[in-house]
Amino acid sequence: MGLISNGTTVFDAGAMSLGGSMSFMKKLTASSSATLSFVHGSGGVDFSTYKEYVFTFKGIHPATDNADFMFNMSVDAGSNYNVAKTTTVTRAYHNEGDSQAALDYVAADDLAQGTGFQQLSQEVGNDNDQTTSGYLHLFNPSSTTFVKHFTSNTNCYNNQNYTLHWLVAGYGNTTSDVDAVQFKMASGNIDAGDICLYGIA
Amino acid sequence: MGVISNGTTLLDAGALDSGVATGAMTLIKELTASSSATLSFVDGASGVVLDSTYKEYIFKFINIHPQTNNVDFQFNASIDGGSNYNVTKTTSQFNAYHNEAGNDQVLGYNAGYDLDNSTAFMNITNDISNEGDMNTAATFHLYDPSNTTFVKHFTGTANNNYNSGGYFQNDYFAGYLNTTSAVNAIQFKMSSGNVDVGTIKMYGVK
Repeated sequence: MGLISNGTTVFDAGAMSLGGSMSFMKKLTASSSATLSFVHGSGGVDFSTYKEYVFTFKGIHPATDNADFMFNMSVDAGSNYNVAKTTTVTRAYHNEGDSQAALDYVAADDLAQGTGFQQLSQEVGNDNDQTTSGYLHLFNPSSTTFVKHFTSNTNCYNNQNYTLHWLVAGYGNTTSDVDAVQFKMASGNIDAGDICLYGIA
Repeated sequence: MGVISNGTTLLDAGALDSGVATGAMTLIKELTASSSATLSFVDGASGVVLDSTYKEYIFKFINIHPQTNNVDFQFNASIDGGSNYNVTKTTSQFNAYHNEAGNDQVLGYNAGYDLDNSTAFMNITNDISNEGDMNTAATFHLYDPSNTTFVKHFTGTANNNYNSGGYFQNDYFAGYLNTTSAVNAIQFKMSSGNVDVGTIKMYGVK
């Protein structure tokens, strides 16, 4: 049975959507995880339907102290995470003791056509209450015409008891279809935390 | 009454089936200022949900206009249902500003507006003009406030017409609520005087 109201199909064939332009797609929960990967066609992940995707990071807690939280992209469904990227990194930091506070550009951690992982948060502490949280926007990854822009905004409770606000922007310099995204720590595992993937209609 | 389509139950007993797509971002509560000293979102009061239902909450501020000129728009958090808004915070803030005359533009860190393990209210933006058309608009993300293991991170940005008008300011702020207790209320206010008009929308993101 279906229901059509004023020409609009409200439900049919056992399916109904009540709208909303931000659609939850996938949640990965870390548990001493070396990597967390979202691969098109696997586990409900779809990188071809939307022109904007949002990853949110909640309570990312590293197994190793002073580890950087990073990401990379793949054009071969996760066989290799090595897309060339050119990026900018801006940070603001402030410590609990109020002896350090600044805004600066972090030339050491940007990429210029680098295929390595891009830091999304730096020097995350692994004290029991220390984590990083934030988000990453990835635009039109399935385009085969344009490069793939992204922006990220995270805040970290770092290993020296700083609040570290880390802003990254850049582009994956490929006209191939990006079909997988991977997150990891620079060293050691992701002890705990959630990463959720949303599509924006 | 229930609705079954093609053998699939879509709704029954007053509830939608969990398989029905409802959107990931849900409007929880909207508050409209009218010469308001404070605007508060308290879990369990007036339809507000600020608990483990969502791991991310987003507040959007639209046309926030102060009664008093040159005041700061601020927030604080509570772990006792709004009895006290005094959670310890360490924060950073920086901004870019530019004037309408086009002869003054700067990007810089605002040491005067950050907090270091302080229980005071934190500035979302500062020095808002109360001229008739001036206001601020902002977005504020709060992560996993009900977590009882980790601190609570937040990030946000604000646009502001400041300092008696003529200037535009773009603020970036971030920090953590340095508590492992569950945060269950958030309050917004001006540093002096009331919030004359404006809207605050609270969303949960599942």
